[in-house]
Amino acid sequence: MAKTIKEINERIKKGKAVVVTAEEVIELAEKKGTKKAAQEVDVVTTGTFGPMCSSGAYFNFGHTKPRIKVGGGTSFLNNVPAYTGFAAVDIYIGATAIPDGDPRNSVFPGEFNYGGGHVIEDLVNGKDVAFVGTGYGTDCYPRKHVETLINIKDLNEAVLFNPRNGYQNYNVAVNLSDKVIYTYMGMLQPRLGNANYCSAGQLSPLLNDPLYKTIGIGTRIFLGGGIGYVVWNGTQHNPGVKRTPGGVPTSPAGTLAVMGDLKQMSPQWLKGASFTGYGVTLTVGIGIPIPILNEEILVHAAVKDEDIKAQVVDYSQSYPQVQPGSLGEVNYSQLKSGTIEVNGKKINTGGISSYAKAREIAQSLKQSIEKGAFLLTEPVALLPSADAGVTFKLLNERPLRKTRGK
Amino acid sequence: MKKKRVVLTLPPDLIEQPIVYNLIKNHDLMVSILRANITPKEQGRLVIELSGEKRKVDAGMAYLAGLEIEIQPLAQDIKWHEDRCIHCTFCVPTCPTGALHRDEEGLQVSFNKDKCIACELCIKVCPYNVVEIQF
Ligand code: SF4
Ligand code: SF4
Repeated sequence: MAKTIKEINERIKKGKAVVVTAEEVIELAEKKGTKKAAQEVDVVTTGTFGPMCSSGAYFNFGHTKPRIKVGGGTSFLNNVPAYTGFAAVDIYIGATAIPDGDPRNSVFPGEFNYGGGHVIEDLVNGKDVAFVGTGYGTDCYPRKHVETLINIKDLNEAVLFNPRNGYQNYNVAVNLSDKVIYTYMGMLQPRLGNANYCSAGQLSPLLNDPLYKTIGIGTRIFLGGGIGYVVWNGTQHNPGVKRTPGGVPTSPAGTLAVMGDLKQMSPQWLKGASFTGYGVTLTVGIGIPIPILNEEILVHAAVKDEDIKAQVVDYSQSYPQVQPGSLGEVNYSQLKSGTIEVNGKKINTGGISSYAKAREIAQSLKQSIEKGAFLLTEPVALLPSADAGVTFKLLNERPLRKTRGK
Repeated sequence: MKKKRVVLTLPPDLIEQPIVYNLIKNHDLMVSILRANITPKEQGRLVIELSGEKRKVDAGMAYLAGLEIEIQPLAQDIKWHEDRCIHCTFCVPTCPTGALHRDEEGLQVSFNKDKCIACELCIKVCPYNVVEIQF
């Protein structure tokens, strides 16, 4: 018997909904069979806590007296540049932004101690942040310079808005070359010295709803410790990749754009991160509830680490030079065991996304739903799925015409 | 058999003294140099492991104590801020000694000070500043 989201919400309100995490549902489905489990379970909660570079936040810091228009001017938060191409006092700071004076990789490998991700963490932590803005001065906005401490509680709006989060599956990064390399997948030791992966596997949101049957635009989620929403598919959403017979993509596929009120969030679930030789980013906690509307959705949500495969990719040559090809396929159960085998060699693995924290998020979301504090939403539109014909394009570079109009 | 790991901070005038030679020759100790950072005319920092009979290690330590140098047990130098750790396991394959270790389930990461040789590799790896070498 199929259920509706409305019926599930009624049960949540009465404190009667059956909620399990994406780990717990595995055992339940094995014990009771998927048909019975689908009847019993109302919601499966998922979680992930990993670095997500396409993240950022926008703010309205309130008008100054006299007024300034930093729109078209400049703005800095703790010396980290924020984007000003909006109205007078709206700015957006991206997770990977770095202070102008940072040596970056000129002293290799750069340390990248502080950047946009850390500014967001500091704000969420309630710390005062130094704001410096400039404008060019207009009749209506005469002021040209502002310099002040700001605090999140005084801002009119502080909104986390991440154009790409929650990657559905990811590569396993290795290094075939003879020297150490520094990547967004971490420090990779030469000659297959280590292998890094980045997904919560069986707990990861989109791996539990691989064909986007329930997660869509308008889905209410756990975001950074507060409440957020899926607002669009993420950038690089690439649902058309190869999948297992169970529908699980075997390489990076779907992504989500999410947003939510930064003021409600917590520094425990939004952390600035520094990657040596690579840069700064923001580690974001996301948890998504999956309403078990029918047996098919439950079967998907009961996916196990063994059934989720990832490609081993060389980051010394293949990745930077965009050469196709994988050194092999491994599953998340192997990755989590601490060693995998590639080209006949045993390699130690390191996770970038925290499984322990993903579990905490799934548990915390489960508790909020059980308490009736978190209701599910009906998506207003679904995300493009495997059959949508989405193609993932590289940039087609064309020469600039140097002398225009001649 | 006794082992002792210490961090020695040498003033400029002691940098050119054969301290390690004396430990080996006069005190019959095995000395492993775990890390060395010497800037001529400034100061030197030496992380060494002394091993040998307890009596000899103690005598070697007494010799070091008689020099005008600062001696700290190695463990004091490394701080693993457990509260900041998100248990991602990112650092685990990089740690050469297993001082950073993941449990069976792959869920919790722990730090064993005794195994740490202060190579600082994990400092470059951990994105959250969890391991700190306090010099
Ligand atoms: S400094 Fe870090 S990587 Fe090196 S031994 Fe100690 S814990 Fe391991
Ligand atoms: S990399 Fe840092 S946060 Fe991750 S397990 Fe190691 S010490 Fe903890």
